[in-house]
Amino acid sequence: MSFIADFISKKNETKEKILSIFLTAGFPDKTRFAELAVKVLDAGADMLEIGFPFSDPLADGPTIQHSSQIALENGVNLKKTFAYAAEIRKHTQKPLIMMGYANPVLSYGVKKFADDAKAAGVNGLIIPDIPIEEYDNFFDESFDGLDTILLITPTTTDARIKLIDEKSSGFVYCVSISGTTGSSNKSISSTLDFLKNTYSTVRNNKMLVGFGISNENDVKTFAPHCDGVIVGSAVIKSLMNDDPNYSNTIDLIKKLKSSLI
Amino acid sequence: MNESVNYKFPDADGRFGKFGGKYVPETLITPLKELEEIYFSLKNDPGFIQELNQLNSEYTGRPTPLTFADSLTKHYGKGKIYLKREDLCHTGAHKINNALGQILLAKKLGKTRIIAETGAGQHGVATATVCAKFGMKCFVYMGEVDIERQSLNVFRMKLLGAEVIPVSSGSKTLKDATNEAIRDWVANVNDTHYIIGSVVGPHPYPMMVRDFQSVIGTEAKYQIHNIEGRDPDYIVACVGGGSNAIGIFYPFINRNVKLIGVEAAGYGIDTDKHCATLTLGREGIFQGMKTYLLQNDEGQVSEVHSISAGLDYPGVGPEHSFLKDEIIADYYSVTDDEAIKATELLSHKEGIIPALESAHAIAYLEYLMPKTTKDEIIIVNVSGRGDKDLNTIKNSLGY
Repeated sequence: MSFIADFISKKNETKEKILSIFLTAGFPDKTRFAELAVKVLDAGADMLEIGFPFSDPLADGPTIQHSSQIALENGVNLKKTFAYAAEIRKHTQKPLIMMGYANPVLSYGVKKFADDAKAAGVNGLIIPDIPIEEYDNFFDESFDGLDTILLITPTTTDARIKLIDEKSSGFVYCVSISGTTGSSNKSISSTLDFLKNTYSTVRNNKMLVGFGISNENDVKTFAPHCDGVIVGSAVIKSLMNDDPNYSNTIDLIKKLKSSLI
Repeated sequence: MNESVNYKFPDADGRFGKFGGKYVPETLITPLKELEEIYFSLKNDPGFIQELNQLNSEYTGRPTPLTFADSLTKHYGKGKIYLKREDLCHTGAHKINNALGQILLAKKLGKTRIIAETGAGQHGVATATVCAKFGMKCFVYMGEVDIERQSLNVFRMKLLGAEVIPVSSGSKTLKDATNEAIRDWVANVNDTHYIIGSVVGPHPYPMMVRDFQSVIGTEAKYQIHNIEGRDPDYIVACVGGGSNAIGIFYPFINRNVKLIGVEAAGYGIDTDKHCATLTLGREGIFQGMKTYLLQNDEGQVSEVHSISAGLDYPGVGPEHSFLKDEIIADYYSVTDDEAIKATELLSHKEGIIPALESAHAIAYLEYLMPKTTKDEIIIVNVSGRGDKDLNTIKNSLGY
């Protein structure tokens, strides 16, 4: 069993659901990113997704586009992201996941990327522009030991959910909406129907839900139908105008975590 | 559709060798499959073919002429130059060929809302045109820089009832307009069809757009055989995403015709202001496809430049990447200045004002013609007319 899957299972055994937080590497402050990440984990995040920036983030809405742009302007690249991960790893035993688009990975060298990620203490990867059709072309044996987390969306057919569930490791990332990150739910009832159906179809993996979860209400609504939730854009938005201690963001994470229990 | 002998690409996975594929977020996989299925079910359907052929002839004005460029031929004093006149298509460029094909697919898919990206505005105008004709809502994403330099086309789209959505992210050009259109599609897949304007993006788009554009090459082949009784020796076309080039190349692949794609060298390929993707790019994954890509050492996509908005794109259709690597076609580049000179030359010699995109193909004749002999035949694809570019041309020429 994978480290991430094992971690989620243990939490779930104590009736706890997972709170996974997305941060863009080097945002908002490239010199204090590891410090921010540790604060976020200490405030109650169970897992961290560290986004490495790409110039053309197709699956992202304006908020994460903005944080990626700032990160690029701050000179954040994969090397820097691995250094952040290694620094954060010194302070936590919780799962660390890297999330970003395929081209920077391809350009870095797929094997070198996998080796450096493992060396930095990263446990898993989410690459939204590698669907199962491209999976075998992209993830070779150098990714053994890293979980490759795949996404399920409202347009995914039941037959595909099963295929994705077979390929995915760590967990499956259920995208609650057809839209980019940070979009809001148009219809809660159809979203819940979709989550319930997916949750019952996924057999091999734990299921975390992300996209469109921004506050305690959303968490309370979705948590019963999954093993944990992922919050990204709401955290990035909070960081945009936070004080130097990231007080509002830390407060948000505490609230999100307490609404899960 | 006209298929080439011994050339069966893409494969079932949408790949041209290692290029192409479907590098898209999961949300788009199911709509892409639906599109592929409906396309395969219709492409050989006699009713569909007849409907498209009828629109091509009665609405677009096809076949477009193949014009012998008498004065231009005399100017170089070498091989015989023919011009394939896509500038004479309704709406002024080859883009309508694809827009008509795709609007018919959208209708069959039951979609009511159409989105498109545009650079020069020609694809936006073509899409707005077919949406007007077929009663569909039309939203066109366009970079702010392009809105500025192609203002006439922006007005044309509005007059045709389309909404033009300005894009202010990134370099504010075609690449960014495409990103926004893809994001829109992700959010609105249920009622929306995305009419991509070139042979780019995820499978099945590069194949489908090529097939719709291959009417250019099919006609050119028939016409040159009527006039000269044989294939040409050279075919020259400009390449941004590469739809007009693949359209004229495709029926001539593996027929001993030299296929030449001309990219935009902008200020020069020794500067960082160009978009000579096949000349200077390397393999990347971008906007749903694996293809040559202009990018920095860290895999971030470069901000590129061309005087021609339609060529101002850091990627290229995956089939062109394949044709380059397999040496089935050759790719060169010409600068902004050379394109402007070629615009003037074709206007003076032939009374044809080409689009700045097409002027890049004309400009390459400076390099090609000295190597040709009097009995050789060259076809240049004049992919569009230059009316949209008159402000840019006027500013460059200073008269």
